[in-house]
Amino acid sequence: MRAKRLSPVRALTYATLILAAFISLLPLVTVLLASFKGVKEFGVSGALDLPNSWLYLDNYITAWTKAKMPLAFYNTAVILLFTLLGSVITGTMVAYVLNRFTFKGRGLIKGAFLLANLIPGVTMQVSTYQIMTSLGLVNSIPGIVLLYTGTDIIAIYIFLQFFESIPRSLDEAAFIDGASYFTIFFKVLFPLIKPAIITVLILKGVATYKEYYLANLYLQSKTRYVTISTSLYTFTGEYGNQYNYICAGVMITIIPALIAFLFLQRYIYSGIARGAVKE
Amino acid sequence: MDSSEKTRLQHFLDRRETQKWLVVVTFSLVPMALLVTFTYLPFLKMIQFSFYKMRYVGPRTFIGLKNYHDVFTRTDTIAALLNSFYYMGAGVIQLSLSLYFATVLSFKIRAGNFFKATLFFPFLVCGIAMGFIFRYFYTRGMVLDSVLGLIGFDKASLPFWLRERSINNYSIAATSIWRYMGQSMVLFIGAIQSISPEFYEAAEIDGANRFQQFIHIILPMLKPIVTLNVLLMVKGSFSAFEGPYVITNGMNGTATFVVMMHQLAHEAGKVGLASAMAIVLLAIILLGTLAQKVIYRLIVGEKREAML
Repeated sequence: MRAKRLSPVRALTYATLILAAFISLLPLVTVLLASFKGVKEFGVSGALDLPNSWLYLDNYITAWTKAKMPLAFYNTAVILLFTLLGSVITGTMVAYVLNRFTFKGRGLIKGAFLLANLIPGVTMQVSTYQIMTSLGLVNSIPGIVLLYTGTDIIAIYIFLQFFESIPRSLDEAAFIDGASYFTIFFKVLFPLIKPAIITVLILKGVATYKEYYLANLYLQSKTRYVTISTSLYTFTGEYGNQYNYICAGVMITIIPALIAFLFLQRYIYSGIARGAVKE
Repeated sequence: MDSSEKTRLQHFLDRRETQKWLVVVTFSLVPMALLVTFTYLPFLKMIQFSFYKMRYVGPRTFIGLKNYHDVFTRTDTIAALLNSFYYMGAGVIQLSLSLYFATVLSFKIRAGNFFKATLFFPFLVCGIAMGFIFRYFYTRGMVLDSVLGLIGFDKASLPFWLRERSINNYSIAATSIWRYMGQSMVLFIGAIQSISPEFYEAAEIDGANRFQQFIHIILPMLKPIVTLNVLLMVKGSFSAFEGPYVITNGMNGTATFVVMMHQLAHEAGKVGLASAMAIVLLAIILLGTLAQKVIYRLIVGEKREAML
């Protein structure tokens, strides 16, 4: 672009963008650098120095096995699958009932769900812990799935809003044609709320993948129930300050998110844009 | 089953009212059960616990309001509550920056997608990984020190970012800007893109520059969503948790209210006190939400219904 000179305002704009991108990437790139350095090399080289070899994979191999990554990936996949399934099913069902029918207690139920959204989930764990223990849901994959599904109020919000935009005359027409309410829900409305489902899948998927506190609190056996987000826990003790291993572990947990992001970028942006509004 | 009975049953099932109740009950049974088990039951239990001196197992003693008295008189709980203000400050910076970058990236710009993706990506990094990333980042002689050394700071005079009480809360609150700026930026970009392009076209014909367009078109249009996010941010600051939990585990005076609550309940065995803290926090949030509704109405006006 030699023809057009950069105006000072525009240059300043780019400068801020480049600085922000630098700050954004610096913590991640330096972790990447450290992940390719051997113990000795890490000790003598600076944090900003390039590694001697980009093919030095020992740290990754150690992190992969020490942190039980294969199991962590498997557990996270299972938890994600069932949590997403559960959130979509329960969320759409509640939203359908609350949006399409008037009945005694409707206001109360709706209020109960919306009020629950005010309470930060992490605050409730003081007493939820006792309930989870007495139900035998500690150290149990179904337990954490139930907890993730059962505290997902944001999905209900999104579905409620979406149902609002679908005209009721559609249900009426189907009903007159002899369809039951069940048929209307599954055959007529369910396909129409696909955009809302995608939004919920993205929001809930990201949140579940990242979630550390509940996973750490309720999946205590780190040998059997380790997830991607808790897998690095093992490095807190034994490996203490051996950042070359830790950084390789961090990279392993980032890579799936990066791949998903590259493929689903558009959906993730629109999911975030739509979902966070009603938080 | 003879035919007349069948038609009667059929008729009964076909009735609107019957069907309605069947749907209502079957569809809301499981979600309601989950809601009660994981939100309202814990809530009631928490109120109950807050009047006891107790652990999760073993005997408990009723001590009345002593836990609440402790919440407001212990120096550590008060300090933790005051730590919220670091996160509020970070939140203000985060929202201002995200508003700026959202505006910049909404106009035609080179490599716009790259910048958007780069600024957003930290939001996808999972909890404990973030903890390690920043422990490494702030460790003596590592990333931050090296960068500051490059631009001329004397490395020996730099503080211990996570250990020194004069600075560590700033260090951790800054990571929440790193992590969440991109999220609110994407949110604002979505809102800006929903503004009809005709507004800009008209403004450009009138000779308005970008800054004027921002002040007179974008900002007024974004008022509801910005207001909402400011209020959510204030709420979020009081319940700030993951940063201090995964980076320093609340050591050296970095514990926020929720981190302290977690440690009291799950490590120190003071479930009653932790419950009282939780109730106090919920009261703050509830009051905040009420204030929010009022403020929202004042700023945005009556016509838009507050989204809670």
